[in-house]
Amino acid sequence: MQSLLASLLCILLGLLIGYIVLLLINPAGAWEAICTIVENFLYYPSGAARLRYFGNTLVKTAPLLMCSLSVLFAYKVGLFNIGAAGQYVIGAGASLYCALGMGLPWYVCLLAAIAAGAVLGAISGILKAYRNVNEVISCIMLNWISLYLVNALLTKVKETASPYTYTLESTNPDAILPSLGLGALFSNNKYVTIAIPLTIVVSICVWVLLTKTKLGYELRATGCNKYAAQYCGMKEKRNIILTMAIAGGLAGMGAATLFLSGFEQWQTTQSAVPAMGFNGIAAAFLGGLNPIGSIFSSYFIQHITNGGAYVDKTMYSAQISDLISALIIYLCGFVLFFKVSLNGWLDQREEKRRSGKKQAESEKGGKA
Amino acid sequence: MLLLLQYTLIFASVLLLVALGGCFSEHSGVINIGLEGIMVMGALGGALMMKFLPEGSPAFQVVLLTVLASILLGTIYSLLLAVAAINFRADQTLVGTAMNLLGTAAATVFVKAMNTSADPDNVSSTIQYLEGRKAFLVNIGGFEFNWCMLLAVIALVIAYVVLYKTRFGLRLCACGEHPQAADSVGINVYRMRYAGVLISGVLGGLGGIVYIIAGVSEWKFENGVAGFGFLALAVMIFGQWKPTRIALAALLFGFFRALGNVYSGFDLLSSLNLPSSVYNMLPYIISLVVLAFTSQKSRAPKAEGIPYDKGQR
Repeated sequence: MQSLLASLLCILLGLLIGYIVLLLINPAGAWEAICTIVENFLYYPSGAARLRYFGNTLVKTAPLLMCSLSVLFAYKVGLFNIGAAGQYVIGAGASLYCALGMGLPWYVCLLAAIAAGAVLGAISGILKAYRNVNEVISCIMLNWISLYLVNALLTKVKETASPYTYTLESTNPDAILPSLGLGALFSNNKYVTIAIPLTIVVSICVWVLLTKTKLGYELRATGCNKYAAQYCGMKEKRNIILTMAIAGGLAGMGAATLFLSGFEQWQTTQSAVPAMGFNGIAAAFLGGLNPIGSIFSSYFIQHITNGGAYVDKTMYSAQISDLISALIIYLCGFVLFFKVSLNGWLDQREEKRRSGKKQAESEKGGKA
Repeated sequence: MLLLLQYTLIFASVLLLVALGGCFSEHSGVINIGLEGIMVMGALGGALMMKFLPEGSPAFQVVLLTVLASILLGTIYSLLLAVAAINFRADQTLVGTAMNLLGTAAATVFVKAMNTSADPDNVSSTIQYLEGRKAFLVNIGGFEFNWCMLLAVIALVIAYVVLYKTRFGLRLCACGEHPQAADSVGINVYRMRYAGVLISGVLGGLGGIVYIIAGVSEWKFENGVAGFGFLALAVMIFGQWKPTRIALAALLFGFFRALGNVYSGFDLLSSLNLPSSVYNMLPYIISLVVLAFTSQKSRAPKAEGIPYDKGQR
């Protein structure tokens, strides 16, 4: 309950500061712009268009959810997986190369993405477990290495005239994730695939794994105190590596859910690591570090990011929604403080009520 | 060859400045992952100053004001980390990550808004500073000497003296090793940590402006500073949190970074016919390998990353 309140507070404050920034840039359209960002697909007047763009938001929510699960899973084991971004990149590279370069069907591409992400995560895990390299630093290095690696790899399957990779439709339609009629629900949005329900299933699996299984218990114990876990006979080195591999696999799968839907092509001249993995950090913390909470927080963050695309370009830039989500991540740092003070406030109120009751009772006793 | 030397020195200056910033912050006990964002902000401040200074200002004035502007913006921005990490005991890695995203996003939004209001058709996030950049450069027989190289050397000397030879520096290090002990002898840990983070803001901001004038005369702020803040962190760790070693590490990393810029000028390297992404990857791969061999005996400040709580034993 407190987590939910604290998260809502973060969102409200983030939007408020975003609104102030808009006001500073151009007061005339600020209210309209912030409404546009919050409305997102409701911006369209017709129901069919709304449904279709709702579908588009969902398509991009799936990878974000996977990235946030990746961050969350590692965080529960005491590791900060800032490498979700790189694992996402390498997942994109593996799935697209399998699809476009080798013509493999979608399930192989999906597995390849998971495997590639897991390997990258495991590298960080091994470095952490055996060479005492801080996982944050090694992940950051691997983010950049994988970006340049994937750019070089996918140059082999890019269109000659543009920096973008071939479309799946024209090269290998088998690699597109099956829709199973889900697309029809969103006024024939062909990008809506089984990826969306699949990611929700995965988040439930992560919740079960973390809270209901022996392995999850061991992993969390390792996160709480590595030495205590070791003393109890848990293999703490194996647990660290396994955690990073699972986290990496989750992020890699996230990339496959987006790129195998055909929604986007990879741009081989990218010079910055895609923000998806970093936004995953925001979604994980905003969701109160709970896999189920992540579903909602991921959707919210993608919702405002997509909404940013509709603001009036003559006044503002689309990056305003990046600004708002960055603010929300920043404010998430204060969640612990919010929670503590909220708890303190509730305790105080409880105490007051109790003492008030006692007083009333003693007064009653005095009268009798 | 001269070009390689020039690029090596200028990139090494950037890495040295920023890594020294990180070094101060970590010695006070606060992990500063947000150096990347601080660099962007510093770069923004300096670029704006160069853009708006009247044409024909004396070179010394341009250099001074530009450096001051970037320092100012970098320092103000680092307050975000200081407040969150010191007063509100926030997760330092999380806040730093947020600052990196925020820095690029805020700079992009700001520059785009500025460009669009000046010219409605201009929606780019680019600032040009051709004139301002010239003020920093002195041509010595084909070698472009940049005043920032001197600044970096001065910063190194000052950092060394401050950290090891002054009361302030030793107290700062105490706060990063064992804040409770420092507090017990009357050192104000909160104030020391503020000092550490703000110094990292000064040096990070300075590093930002040096980076964007290193090789080009216009900067697209959508790109941020392309991971240089992170590279500086690796330099700091490789340098084992010691200024002199950091300087050597910065030279090494600067060399590999410069190689990516100028490799096509060498017959031997261009005949290898490697894709340019190999050279881009090189600094990161080397730092990863180096870290794998040096982290076992890590000399990191003991209390870094742990929020200081007066009430805790």
